[in-house]
Amino acid sequence: MVTHDAAHDQHAQAPSGWLRAYVFSVDHKVIGLQYLMTSMLFLLAGFGLMLLMRWQLAFPGQPIPIIGKLLSPSLAPNGVMTGEFYNALGAMHGTIMVFLGIVPLAVGAFGNYVLPLQIGAPDMAFPRLNMMSYWLYLPGGLLMLSSFILPGGAAQSGWTSYPPLSIINPGQTVWLLAMVIIITSSLLGAINFLVTTLNMRARGMSLWRMPVFVWAQLVTSVLLLLAFPPLEAAAVLQFMDRVAGTSFYIPSDLVVLGLRHRASGGGQPLLWQHLFWFLAHPEVYVLVLPPMGIVAEIMAANTRKPLHGYKTIVLGMISVGVMSFVVWAHHMFISGMSPILSNFFLVTTMIISVPSVAILTCLIYSLRGGSIRFTTPMLFALAFLPMFGIGGLTGLPLGLTATDIYLHDTYYVIGHFHYVVVTGSIIGLMAGVYHWFPKWFGRKMDDRLGRIHFWGTLLSMNGVFFPMFIMGMAGVSRRLWDPTAQAHNLTTQHLNVVSTASAYLLLLFQAPFIYNFFHSIFKGQKSEENPWQATTLEWACPSPPPHGNFEKPPCVYREPYDYSPRGCERDYIPQNVEAA
Amino acid sequence: MAASAPQCAGSGVSNAKLGVWLFLASEVMLFATLFTTYLVLRLGSASWPRGWETLNVPLAMMNTFVLITSSVTMVLAYAKAVERDLAGFRKFMGITILLGFAFLAVKSVEYGTKFHHHHYPSTNIFFAIYFTMTGLHGLHVIGGIIVNSALYYLSGKEWDHPLFVGRVEGAGLYWHFVDIVWIFLFPALYLL
Repeated sequence: MVTHDAAHDQHAQAPSGWLRAYVFSVDHKVIGLQYLMTSMLFLLAGFGLMLLMRWQLAFPGQPIPIIGKLLSPSLAPNGVMTGEFYNALGAMHGTIMVFLGIVPLAVGAFGNYVLPLQIGAPDMAFPRLNMMSYWLYLPGGLLMLSSFILPGGAAQSGWTSYPPLSIINPGQTVWLLAMVIIITSSLLGAINFLVTTLNMRARGMSLWRMPVFVWAQLVTSVLLLLAFPPLEAAAVLQFMDRVAGTSFYIPSDLVVLGLRHRASGGGQPLLWQHLFWFLAHPEVYVLVLPPMGIVAEIMAANTRKPLHGYKTIVLGMISVGVMSFVVWAHHMFISGMSPILSNFFLVTTMIISVPSVAILTCLIYSLRGGSIRFTTPMLFALAFLPMFGIGGLTGLPLGLTATDIYLHDTYYVIGHFHYVVVTGSIIGLMAGVYHWFPKWFGRKMDDRLGRIHFWGTLLSMNGVFFPMFIMGMAGVSRRLWDPTAQAHNLTTQHLNVVSTASAYLLLLFQAPFIYNFFHSIFKGQKSEENPWQATTLEWACPSPPPHGNFEKPPCVYREPYDYSPRGCERDYIPQNVEAA
Repeated sequence: MAASAPQCAGSGVSNAKLGVWLFLASEVMLFATLFTTYLVLRLGSASWPRGWETLNVPLAMMNTFVLITSSVTMVLAYAKAVERDLAGFRKFMGITILLGFAFLAVKSVEYGTKFHHHHYPSTNIFFAIYFTMTGLHGLHVIGGIIVNSALYYLSGKEWDHPLFVGRVEGAGLYWHFVDIVWIFLFPALYLL
């Protein structure tokens, strides 16, 4: 392994100079923390956009308090947001949360920091490429965010950017450019993660000894590698439609506002939907698999017993990954595609729920007979199980054509995927922050504040999203600027107020987290190398790990979760310990 | 939970080579999407112009030979790098780079004639897909020329670097991929 040693030599000495060490660093740990901070800021920004929208939904036509005065009159005359601004907020909320918030947090931050440590590697396979990933992600994200102040404003066609609207609406060109930059960043990251996992493992770290989190990142990287290029191609085509006047997605004789559209026509709007969802369905698993891996790590360490069905979980993740490429059109049951195709995608969608349920069942069963430690990360991990369960199970009626025809494009759909990615993914990622914080900064986060954050967040998240199921079943459409404009929505309008109030409560309950996070970096209780008495390799190096991570390359002698072994004094044996 | 003696873990393929293969996997998905788009649009439209009636087949044929030849010289450059023959490497790598430029030159003549006849991407769906696919392929050719030129330049300084031969191999894999894409593009756009 020539390259392995070369990478080792090249980065044996720590970088000198502030700029090399903290800004343009090639160390996976620094890059991981850069991703962590940036993606959490983007999450907060995306959440902020939603808070504005929720005001309009609960109190349509009333001026937004405080912030309404600060917004430019073109966006919100007299503090009341326009429909166009509402649409822009919606499109940017989805885009920012998915592509700039959760994925960079789950993969860029956790993957970058934890994966090399867990496989016992000194760094990523391509450290400079790793730095480039981050330095594409940040400008891409800023470009996306800056579209609010650029002429034409932000994109207004939803995060799905369906044509022909997306080709006619202003603001979309910047969205497409930013997406291509972000996609390139993701692709570089995915290649790096795959090569690192396949080539840089410590001696003895066979594939079946890798922690579940590493497996989750491996499958995620394959999804990013193979699902993102089709969206990149689709984005290039949409870019051509907007800039070069082609008509890939514009049908013949399209009439807009009573005028025949200038494009030559002959294109197919449905083509975009297929290409978009070919990425965007695997993307759902990109959002979900890393948090699942995080939850598995935390469950094993806090139940003090091996995970139930380690191989089932791993095989489940692999089959979810493979299957995720053949379910995309269940997002399109009412798009007018052939019913024969609908049946195919209905069947595959029902099949993909099987491995997902298997993984969740294994995690729930891992609790049985464990001596559970109710630490803050464990509370979040425990909450992940039923919350993600609700998110998954409410998806089934959307995967069946008959029920989907009624529920499609209602608030039920919004409730469903927010239960998956907010009470599922984000809760799982929060668990990860509390779990690995001692490794990152050598100090623990405060438990009391953690508990306040946990209970407040869990309750208010359910307050935000549960009413959406009821509204959706009552027939409230999504993407409404003013829900009171339709009479049948009035019966559930009070639920919009509940949801909005819960959203502000959710913001409030992030305050203890933000305070706790920054306070603990400097003043938190000091933590030793392995504060949770966990078995995986990241706990076998100092906290925080020095440049190059391990003093000498570790050797792996056992499966990842050797908790409570028979005839042993301690209730755990780390992976790098030879004798029992 | 029996503990056993640790063995070396790894794929046996060097980082750089594995990285290039994975990158090519993503590139396959990119161009597969474009070819699928081509098929869907063509099957969905009432009429489709014959490629040979609107496009210049002899020029494209010549370009095909240029690219195939450049793939051969690329392999020869790699072989010379393995044999540690710097002069031979530079000769064949230089030819590869020049052939890349020749391809682009012919392509720009083709584009120029199209624009002269007022055929633009916005003219119809056929020219839309023609310009988009060949344009994206052209960008990949430019990328390959940059990589190859960088290796030509670096061969003076880093000839004895342990990773140099591997880099040439990686660049070669990429160059062959760019070649193969054209092998599919040529019949799809010009002949069918």
